[in-house]
This record gives sequence, C-alpha cells and structure tokens, in this order.
Amino acid sequence: MSAHSHLDGQLPHEPERATLEGRNKVLGFWLFLGGETVLFGTLFSAFLALRDQVGDGNPSGQELFKLMTVAIATVILLTSSLTSVFAIQAMHRNQVKAMQGWLILTVLLGLAFLGLEIYEFYEYVHEGHKFSTSAFSSSFYTLVGFHGAHVLFGIVWISLLIAQVARKGLNVVTAPKVYVAGMYWHFIDVVWVFIFTVVYLMGKVA
Amino acid sequence: MAHAHPVKRYTGLMDWLTTVDHKKIGILYLIAGGFFFLIGGLEALLIRVQLWKPLNNFVSADTYNELITMHGTTMIFLAAMPIIFAMMNAIVPLQIGARDVAFPFVNALGFWTFFFGGLLLNISWIAGAVPDAGWTSYLPLASPTYSTDKGVDYYVLGLQIAGIGTLVGGINFLVTIINMRAPGMSFMRMPMFTWSAFITSALILFAFPALTVGLVALMFDRLFSANFFEVSGGGNTVLWEHIFWIFGHPEVYILILPAFGIISEVIATFSRKRLFGYSSMVFATVLIGFLGFMVWAHHMFTVGLGPVANALFSIATMLIAVPTGIKIFNWIFTMWGGSIKFTAANLFAVGFVPTFVMGGVTGVMLAAAPADFQYHDSYFVVAHFHYVIVGGLVLGLFAGLHYWWPKMFGRMLGEGLGKLTFWTFFIGFHLTFFVQHFLGLLGMPRRVYTYLDGLGFNNMNLISTIGAFLMGVGTIIFIINIIVTSAKPKTAGNDPWEDGRTLEWAIPSPAPEYNFVQTPLVRGYDALWKEKMDGNEGMSPAEPIGPIHMPSPSILPFVMSLGLFIAGFGFMYANNDWQAGFFKDLFASHAVAGAGLLITLSCMVIRSLKDDHGFHIEPEELTNKGVKA
Ligand code: HEM
Ligand SMILES: [Cu+2]
Repeated sequence: MSAHSHLDGQLPHEPERATLEGRNKVLGFWLFLGGETVLFGTLFSAFLALRDQVGDGNPSGQELFKLMTVAIATVILLTSSLTSVFAIQAMHRNQVKAMQGWLILTVLLGLAFLGLEIYEFYEYVHEGHKFSTSAFSSSFYTLVGFHGAHVLFGIVWISLLIAQVARKGLNVVTAPKVYVAGMYWHFIDVVWVFIFTVVYLMGKVA
Repeated sequence: MAHAHPVKRYTGLMDWLTTVDHKKIGILYLIAGGFFFLIGGLEALLIRVQLWKPLNNFVSADTYNELITMHGTTMIFLAAMPIIFAMMNAIVPLQIGARDVAFPFVNALGFWTFFFGGLLLNISWIAGAVPDAGWTSYLPLASPTYSTDKGVDYYVLGLQIAGIGTLVGGINFLVTIINMRAPGMSFMRMPMFTWSAFITSALILFAFPALTVGLVALMFDRLFSANFFEVSGGGNTVLWEHIFWIFGHPEVYILILPAFGIISEVIATFSRKRLFGYSSMVFATVLIGFLGFMVWAHHMFTVGLGPVANALFSIATMLIAVPTGIKIFNWIFTMWGGSIKFTAANLFAVGFVPTFVMGGVTGVMLAAAPADFQYHDSYFVVAHFHYVIVGGLVLGLFAGLHYWWPKMFGRMLGEGLGKLTFWTFFIGFHLTFFVQHFLGLLGMPRRVYTYLDGLGFNNMNLISTIGAFLMGVGTIIFIINIIVTSAKPKTAGNDPWEDGRTLEWAIPSPAPEYNFVQTPLVRGYDALWKEKMDGNEGMSPAEPIGPIHMPSPSILPFVMSLGLFIAGFGFMYANNDWQAGFFKDLFASHAVAGAGLLITLSCMVIRSLKDDHGFHIEPEELTNKGVKA
C-alpha cells in the first residue's frame, strides 16, 4: 500500500505497477484515453460532416495541403513515439540516464513537430484559410489544433517529468508518471495517424 | 518506515474546502446538489404559476424562456447528477469494502469544478443575461445571430466546467470499483447499487466527451466566429442535434441507472429477501448501458433523417424496453413472498415501480417514429420525461436518502415525516404530470409561454399547477425532517435497519475516516447477510490491524476550479462592448482568461511536482469515530 516501501533499494521489475497507487494511475489513464477517443471521434465526425463546406473563393484542402510538410511532420512524430518506447524500456531496465536521454529526444521531436505545424498554419492563414473563413476551416483548425494543443501539453508534461526524475530519481512514485506520460504520447501519435489519413490524404485525393 | 511526515489537519470551513475524504465529498455534493435542486424547483413553480390560467402575464415570454432553460439545465446537470454523485461517494467505497476511492484528489477536483460550473451558470441571473435557448440549446436559436446577449455563453462555459468535474468523477469510480474491491468481492458479488454506479460511470466516460466537443464548437461559433453551426458559413445545425443527443440519450441512462441500483437495494432490504434474479439484473444493466448509445436519433425523428434511419432507431429504442422490463419483474418477484416493511425509504421504492413503468410505456409510444410526429414537442414528451426523471430518478434518490441517511450522518430521518414527504410528493407528482399526457395529445406545445382560452387546456393546467405546489410542500417537509433530525443525538448503530445485507452496514454510522479498521473478507453475495445467516458477529477481517495510510487534504482542487471559473468569465467578456478603459484593456487582451487558466495550470504543476506522502493513522488511534457532518 505505502508509497514508501520501495523508495530505497532495488526497483521492482515493473515499477509503474508496484503500488496500488501506480496501478490505479495506469488504469485510470487507460480509461481517460477511452474518453479522449470519444472526444477526437466527435471532432473527426464534425470535420467529416463539414469538410466540403469550403465556400466560394476560399481555398480547398486540395489546394492548401502540402503533403511534403505534413509527411515530414508525421515521420517526426512517429519517431518520437519510438523514442518514448525506448525511454520506457530503459526505465524497465532501471537505466535512468538512458531513460532521461530518450525522453529529452522525445520532447525535442515534439517541439519540431509543433514548429512545423505552426509554420503550416501560418502559411494557410496567409492563403486565406482563416479560422472563421468557412465551416471547413473552423472544423479543420479545431480538430488539428486540438491535437496540436495535446502535443504542447505533452511536451510541457514530459519536460516537467524529466526535471522531476532528475531531482528525485526513479522510484515507484515517479515511474508510474513516466509510464502514463508515455501512454499519452502514443495516443497523440495514433490520433495524428488518423489526422494524416482522414484530413490530409483524403483531403488531397477527394 | 511507516511514519510519514506529519500532515496539517484542518478544521471548520478549511476542512470542507480541503477535504479529500469521499464521505465528506459526498456530503458536499448533497448540499450543493440540494441547493441547486431548490433553485430549479423554484423555477418550476414560477413556470407553473405562469401556466395556471390562459393568457397569463405573470412572467414575460422572454423570462419564461429563461425559466424553462435554466430549470432543465439546472435540474439535470446541477441537481440530479450531483445528488447521484453524493450517493455514489457516500456508499460505493463502503459497499466494496474499500478504505478510500482510487483518486481522492481527483474526486475533490470533480466536486469543485461541478460547483464552480454551476455557480457560473447561475450567476447569469445576476448578470441579467440568462440562457434562454432551452436545455438542449438547439441551433440556430442559440447562435450568435439569434441569441445576441451572453445568456448562451453562460450555458456553454458553465456546462463545460461542470462537465469536466463529472468526467473525472466517473473515471474515479470506474478505477475504484475495478481496483479497490476487498478480498472476495468478485464482480458478481457486488451489490446492485455499485454495479449501477459502475455502468453509469462508464456511460459518463463515453458520453461526456461528446458534449465537451459540442460545447467547444458552440463556444467557438459564439466567441471566435467559427462556422460549425453557422449556415451562412457552410455550417450545419443538425450536426449540433446529433452531437447533443449522442451525449444526451446516454445521459438519461446515466441518470436512471443509479436509481435502479438504489431501488434494488431498498426493495431487497425491506422485503428481507435476496434480490430476485441478481445475475439478470446485472446483465440488464450492462445491456441498457450498451443500447443507450444506439438510440440517440429517436430525439430527431422529425428532423427528416429518412424512413430507414427512423425505422432503425425506432426498433433500437424499443429494444431497451426489454432489459428494463426484466428489472421491473425482478423487483416485483423480490417483493413477492417477502415480509415487506413499508418504511419511508421503501414507500419511495415501491412507488417508483409503477410510476417508472408509466414513463417507460410512454417512451415506447414515443419510439414509434410515425406516431412521434404527433407527440413531438408537445406536453406528451414533457409528461414522458418527467415520469422517468421525477417519478423514476427523484423517487429513487428520495428512497436512497432515507435509506442511507443514518450511514451518512449517524441519525435516522423521522419515519413519520418521511412518509408524509412520500405521500405529498407522490400525489403532487402524479397530479402535475399525469394530465400533461392529455394536454400533449390535445395539442398543447411545450416551451410556449402561454395558451389561448377555449382550447380545453384550462382545467388540466390548473390541476398541474396545484400538483406542482404539492410537490413543493413535500420537498419542504423533507427539509423540515432534515432539520429536526439534525437536532437529535447521533445514535444510529452499525445496522440501524437491522436487515442490512451489504458491507456498508457492517461498520459504524457514520463511517469512520478510514471506513474499515480491517479490510473485510467477503464470502458471498450480500456479504453481511451471509455472515448473519452463518451466525457470525459481523465480517471476518482479511488482514491484521495495522497503521492505515490516508491521503493529505489539499486546497488545490478548490483553487484549480476557481481558476477555470475566472477563465470562463474572461472568455465570455473578452469581446464585450466595454467602454474604453481599464476593464476593456483587461478583458479584451484576454488577460483575465489567461490568468484563470494560469492559476489552474500552475496548480496542476504544483500537484505533479509535490509528492503527497499522506499520513498514517496508527492502530491506537482507531477509535471508530465517524466523520463529522
Ligand atoms: C423505455 C425507455 C424509454 C424510451 C423508449 C424512451 C423514448 C423516448 C423518445 C422516443 C423520446 C423523444 C420524444 C420526442 O422528443 O418526440 C424521449 C424523450 C425524452 N426522454 Fe425518454 N425514453 C425512455 C426512457 C427514458 C428515461 C429512463 C429517461 C430519463 C431518466 C428519459 C428521458 C427523456 C427525456 C429527458 C426526453 C426529452 C428530451 C427533450 O426533448 O427535452 N427517457 N424518450
Ligand atoms: Cu432518448
């Protein structure tokens, strides 16, 4: 029960599940991601319902989207998912330094992704694709922007965790936090894969 | 090693603001939900006064729209849901033999966000811009074109903030029930109320995010000129209806399932029999929860989705009547041959059964799509949902409150006054709503502030208004009962009804802070009853007596929610037509909104960085004292 029992001494094999608090956190987070799935599912549905409502004289997705930029962003984000897996594997081997390194790399890749996205939005706005231009633009920015906000949140969160582990070390209190942040990061990755297909690829061919 | 850092323990108001104890949070939910229930009830009485005679001008048409909108929104989101959460907080951990919930901090956060969201919504009355587009807030009525004042903004932001609280509360209960059951408490030994809390929480988890998105979209339309529902910009108003009802229909089952759970406990206890068909009850609850997601378009039969869609949703809706019917029969068979005690709690439970059946029957009538073209938007629908919500949920909550009051507060509610509450409320209820079926069939539309003379509506509306006041009297008697009871000494024993079957009756009333001195060992369904039948004194423990770890109290949930509250105002008044000056600069720059969000985010950072070591209660301190109420 007590969060203290493993603080000193050897870390157990799966430190994130060593305490009841840890197990609660992991399960609670899985459920939270279930709710997030409904959230993004609804955003996707709204986008699909409105994506053809471009309005007269406004740029359509086909004209706007630059698959090259988006593809690079996709590769970056998928790579960051991989680095976060390495971080968790390092955690399970109790290699704190390696874990921290992989986490820092994950954050950097996240920042690169975000930078590309901001640049992309900036371009779109200049081409007349503003938030209030049409139902298409509103639902586009809301869906992709919600995802971007999730990435930003994840970056801040993981950075704080890196600082925390640096101060307190890896133990049965910090391990579940890192593990859960990893789950979160995978989730936003999966959402992005759907955005890439549904918004960009389908938008380009349609 | 077991010694943690000493923790500051607060008293008085600070104790309530910082508590993370699920029993106290339950009481907070009850007080706040009860308060909003009174506000919503007052609004209902004003509506009924306006309608007591034809062409009445007690309130204006505008005010009337505000009253019906705020009545519906308040009752569903700020009264019914919180009182359900009150019962779940007070009872579920006890029923599964847990010392605490899975996330005590998050639980407190859930309460405070609900509270501040509700406050924000109701401040609209003071601000003079009240939501008036109905509790369903359909578009285009709720669009910036047709709702030009800030009324609908209050609706959007108030519900958004309150909704966060509900969502995290639901996750807390799911994890609590999955991970924290006492040894031997398998899923198929869980009391029915806990089962219903479990399924309701799952519905919350999968339904509320849809509402979140709907509200965000409406907020973006209203505050940042988005075009989700703006037809001129290519938006689609039917999209809102889909999103709202994909949330909205599961929501009505979120409301009714806990009542089903309460009724199952109360009827079994006072029939002094095991609940009939327990496994089929569990199965029916799960099935209702599942089907609840497939029927939302029965609220949209008249939109024009086409005959195929209407037919499918019609059949799916009627299907729900099957598991519901299973439950009704199980309750009747539980009573059958039992030695029934008609306590006040049981009166409410027994009164629930036929009343809810009537609501279910009108539901199936409404589910026949072609017929619904006649019923839709008439008083028939109003009668239907009040039969299921008031005659169902509210009677269930009254039953639960009378039944568990001793467990929450250590005192039994007066039986005499309780029975009087039942009869006045019950008769008042049927007077109010029975006639509304016929008003609807005669063609009286809902949500219209008055009606003409000579349509045959007069007498029935008068009866309805009289009934509403009788329900008001019933509520006042209940409040008197509470006040009288709170003056009595705390004498309730562990098992004040003497027929308790489930674990909560194995521990003192009210439950001590740590619930169980020793985690109990569960040996069967109706855990306590089984021990009684085997001739044992209470539960056998599953662990030796030892120090008990408790979470520390924290003010952060309160401050976090306050931050959201401030941010809500900031967003709402950012594009207000302020006169140039300090306030304009403050709001238009989004400084207020930003500051609010910053408060909330900083609290999250503090929470993440500062470990909560909690504290330990040592064996010598385990005095079996209950929580103070
Ligand atoms: C056998 C079960 C039920 C069936 C078949 C059913 C069916 C329906 C249908 C078809 C409507 C739409 C009527 C219309 O607008 O024309 C409706 C409305 C409604 N029902 Fe039910 N219902 C059932 C149970 C419940 C329960 C248990 C609750 C709540 C606890 C509930 C709450 C509502 C509400 C609030 C509305 C009206 C919403 C509004 O337009 O403001 N229903 N029901
Ligand atoms: Cu429905």
